[in-house]
Amino acid sequence: MATLEIKDLHVSVKTDDDAKEILRGVNLTVNSGETHAIMGPNGSGKSTLAYAIAGHPKYEVTSGSVLLDGEELLELEVDERARAGLFLAMQYPVEVPGVSMSNFLRTAATAARGEAPQVRHWVKEVKQAMADLDIDPSFAERSVNEGFSGGEKKRHEILQLDLLKPKFAVLDETDSGLDVDALRVVSEGVNRYTANKDKGVLLITHYTRILKHITPDFVHVFAGGRVVESGGAELATQLEEEGYVRFTGAKESAAV
Amino acid sequence: MAAPLDTTPAQHGLTDHSHGGPVIPQSSRGERFTSYEVDAFEVPGGREEDWRFTPLKRLRGLHDGSATATGSFAVAVDSGVAGVTVETVGRDDERLGAAGVPADRIAAQAWSSFTEATVVTVAADTRPEGPVHVTVTGPGQGTTAYGHVQVRAERFADAVVVLDYRGAGTVADNVEFVVGESARLSVVTVHDWDADAVHVGAQHSAVGRDATLRHLSVTLGGDLVRVSSTVNYRERGGDAELLGLYFADAGQHLEHRLLVDHSVPNCRSNVLYKGALQGEGAHTVWIGDVLIQAAAEGTETFELNRNLILTDGARADSVPNLEIETGEIEGAGHASATGRFDDEQLFYLQARGIPEDVARRLVVRGFFGEILQKITVPEVRERLEAAIDAELAAVGA
Ligand SMILES: Nc1ncnc2c1ncn2[C@@H]1O[C@H](COP(=O)(O)OP(=O)(O)OP(=O)(O)O)[C@@H](O)[C@H]1O
Ligand SMILES: [Mg+2]
Repeated sequence: MATLEIKDLHVSVKTDDDAKEILRGVNLTVNSGETHAIMGPNGSGKSTLAYAIAGHPKYEVTSGSVLLDGEELLELEVDERARAGLFLAMQYPVEVPGVSMSNFLRTAATAARGEAPQVRHWVKEVKQAMADLDIDPSFAERSVNEGFSGGEKKRHEILQLDLLKPKFAVLDETDSGLDVDALRVVSEGVNRYTANKDKGVLLITHYTRILKHITPDFVHVFAGGRVVESGGAELATQLEEEGYVRFTGAKESAAV
Repeated sequence: MAAPLDTTPAQHGLTDHSHGGPVIPQSSRGERFTSYEVDAFEVPGGREEDWRFTPLKRLRGLHDGSATATGSFAVAVDSGVAGVTVETVGRDDERLGAAGVPADRIAAQAWSSFTEATVVTVAADTRPEGPVHVTVTGPGQGTTAYGHVQVRAERFADAVVVLDYRGAGTVADNVEFVVGESARLSVVTVHDWDADAVHVGAQHSAVGRDATLRHLSVTLGGDLVRVSSTVNYRERGGDAELLGLYFADAGQHLEHRLLVDHSVPNCRSNVLYKGALQGEGAHTVWIGDVLIQAAAEGTETFELNRNLILTDGARADSVPNLEIETGEIEGAGHASATGRFDDEQLFYLQARGIPEDVARRLVVRGFFGEILQKITVPEVRERLEAAIDAELAAVGA
């Protein structure tokens, strides 16, 4: 069993003239086999948490720690964290012109597995994974995310999750920008990933609709840069009815 | 003279610039002065439109007459290729000058200073197997040489020529590509000089009726490399594709100046130059002049320059000029963009476990991809890919 532990994490975002504190002491432990939903209003720092764990250079960790099976991730480079077993599905996946999806996937798989996958197996594996996510095979030859629709980008994030099989996945608003069918397809992808109960998921979302497809074991409310309340799946239902007003003082709906 | 409609030089910095409207350059290239005589040109002072980007001090006297020839311009050509004739000829050979006349002082200096020229001819109706290699070796450190090369593809010939510059020293030359009626000539020029070399080259292309010129200019090594390429169309139906790939490191000055002169109807040109820069003082200059003369109805042309700045301290100047003197054209457009290496791309790739050096390689190769894809000679493509990787490895990226 693996564990991802976030302890008293404080993070500032670097701006041109100074730094602004966004995360103010986040504590969270995810074990393999568990799905944790993090729900919170816009601007509460959910993406900041995701980026900080992954090591984005714009976010500065001022104190705290993130341990993967006891190893301090914060001391590792971005790629080392990924190879240690951490995956971030981004809210806004980046376009990389000139690099084909197939070349990218193969390079990433080679890095994750420590050796180049055997061509015959690999081609089959990618084909199957793309079919599972209703992705047209022609995407393999297109540049990474370039000109993809929002929904197509999200499907490709889950495609990578499926192929790289990390120990822990942080999914940042993977549900946003998806129509009903796409939401189902993507959720099924996440459920396949967790099916063997040996993976941990941190599912960041603003809305409850994805939780109808992916059942969380825990729900955390995120506001003002920290976890302000934790509970089971029932907390999501409550948020759906009441919104975040209790936590922020402002009316903002969690329902769609 | 066309009416001034728009002036949009895209200088260094993070500019994005793309539109299809006619643009007039600062000074019309139409009545460009040409001469074989050195003294017909003033010694450049650095303010002239032609010279304002070039660091004259680093030219080692090529521009002011003080650089006398002290070494040799050594040309080696594959021998024994069926259909290909290689001759060493004197200054009086009547074929010389067929593709163009010098348009700046250094080209004129080279013209009046060479002692013998190399003429490579691909016979009519032949298609040599594999590329013809022409290797030019510099005269060596501390010495200067002037040279002249002419490549001729006769009617219906179809050939690939690789012109490879290497070695050290200070060099100025004129190179002519004469593409006969319905011939097809693909040229790859590789400037892979030693680090201290200075090369100022003028390339003149004459594209015949229904002929095709494919030219790829690769510039990697040398302290200062300045290449001016002019394409002239002799008759209708000419087609020129001009590709360029350059990679400037700290302190290097790499300058590419193009003039595509559409003087006859129904010809096409497509220009695509891409450059990467890294390190303090890396400087690239790209000038793309396309002139569509009044007689050149049915012209179709597009030009694009893109630069990728990998580190601070590098500077790319990019000036596309499109001058149109007739409304009866098929299409004309130009674009220029210079951007920084995108750290978000790097983060994304690294977040998938890809080590930083591999990620940088992916992005830079991707940037050059649309040019690399067009290279049909595998050995050339592989050599370039390896060269790009070596450039990236050099800064420990
Ligand atoms: N790079 C940045 N520069 C300046 N401010 C930033 C930056 N990144 C985040 N912030 C600020 O930090 C706060 C938290 O942003 P974050 O993106 O983490 O919120 P979020 O909870 O993911 O919101 P959303 O639901 O809209 O995705 C916001 O006030 C945001 O404006
Ligand atoms: Mg967010």
